[in-house]
Amino acid sequence: MMEIAIGIILGCCALGAGAAMIAGIGPGIGEGNAVAKACEAIGRQPECKGDVTTTMLMGCAVAETTGLYALVIAILLIFVAPGRFVDILMNSVK
Amino acid sequence: MKNKKAFILLDWLYLLLMAAGPVFAIVLKVLYTPISSDIDISGALVFFTVKMPLWDLPVTETQVNSLVVIWSLFWLCRYITHGISVRGGLKRQIVAEWIVEKTKALTTGNMGEYFAGFAPFVAAIMGLSAFSSLLTLIGLYPPTSDINTVGGWAILVFILITYYKFKCGPVHYLKSFGDPVPFLAPLNIISEVATPVSMAFRHYGNVLSGSVISVLVATALQGASSIIFSNLPGILHEIPFLQIGLPAVLSVYFDLFSGLLQAFIFAMLTMLYVSGAFPAEDYAARKAARKAKRAGNNK
Repeated sequence: MMEIAIGIILGCCALGAGAAMIAGIGPGIGEGNAVAKACEAIGRQPECKGDVTTTMLMGCAVAETTGLYALVIAILLIFVAPGRFVDILMNSVK
Repeated sequence: MKNKKAFILLDWLYLLLMAAGPVFAIVLKVLYTPISSDIDISGALVFFTVKMPLWDLPVTETQVNSLVVIWSLFWLCRYITHGISVRGGLKRQIVAEWIVEKTKALTTGNMGEYFAGFAPFVAAIMGLSAFSSLLTLIGLYPPTSDINTVGGWAILVFILITYYKFKCGPVHYLKSFGDPVPFLAPLNIISEVATPVSMAFRHYGNVLSGSVISVLVATALQGASSIIFSNLPGILHEIPFLQIGLPAVLSVYFDLFSGLLQAFIFAMLTMLYVSGAFPAEDYAARKAARKAKRAGNNK
């Protein structure tokens, strides 16, 4: 019985981590848009390449944040959560 | 002539002290790393724990490595500013001047003349962050992939932001929470707290995700090459041939490019947030208006 419970905990943590990383789609699309527009801008005005690149990198980094929140949650679910949940289970069985 | 000898000796002393930091960290890591052949994606090693009245204080690789970075950067700065002079000077003086000029131009360009004194702080954050991330290149644990380091910097920036908002006028600061309508105050408080949290998570997430992906790819390639080349004779089948190439490319992206970019972005966001918290011209205008009003009342 215990094995099944621990198995469910581990499996659900892994599933949750995978589901959390769906959030990676958003920053991907957003950064792609940003880079596409930056390329257009550089094509129109090659002389402000430096400014456009700096601003684009800043914007990409800010847009990446939502994806990184998901990543942090996924990392917590994989490395931290299973141990905690198994501990809680063990304590409740006692 | 004797003077010159002393100069060179001091140069070597600085370089030696600079190199001593990473060497010390590597020796400590080798001594404390447990022997295992599994995939190793763990947090920082805990060297020892100091007993404290409220809770125990673990001394981890993060603290040791960030102190090592601070130590090495200090002696690096001593080295490049050694023998500095108004005319002539050494080649390294050009590097030092370039760093100072660039950070000054960046700070005044992004924050305005009022915050020109922020250049050393911005340069310090950028240097610390960049060199902490670059520690992975010599196989050490980068302190920036621990949330505590970056969280500390983010809290420092948050304190600066709040200080400048208060300096702009405490009443003005408290009023800004009820903007545009008073019942949105909880959301405003959340967005205030979200600033340091997002700064810390951004930096830490980027560095940590890079090292996790690098370890996963390296392990996968090792497994694949042990399956494919298992029939080779002698010691040849133990060499993971597939590991040549791809991990190096990943390292160039994740360790070099991403680490330096995150350092730049952290410093950039610090500048933008701090200068955004204190509109210097606005402040001067309001101060002048108040002064004029007081002068008018006196008449």
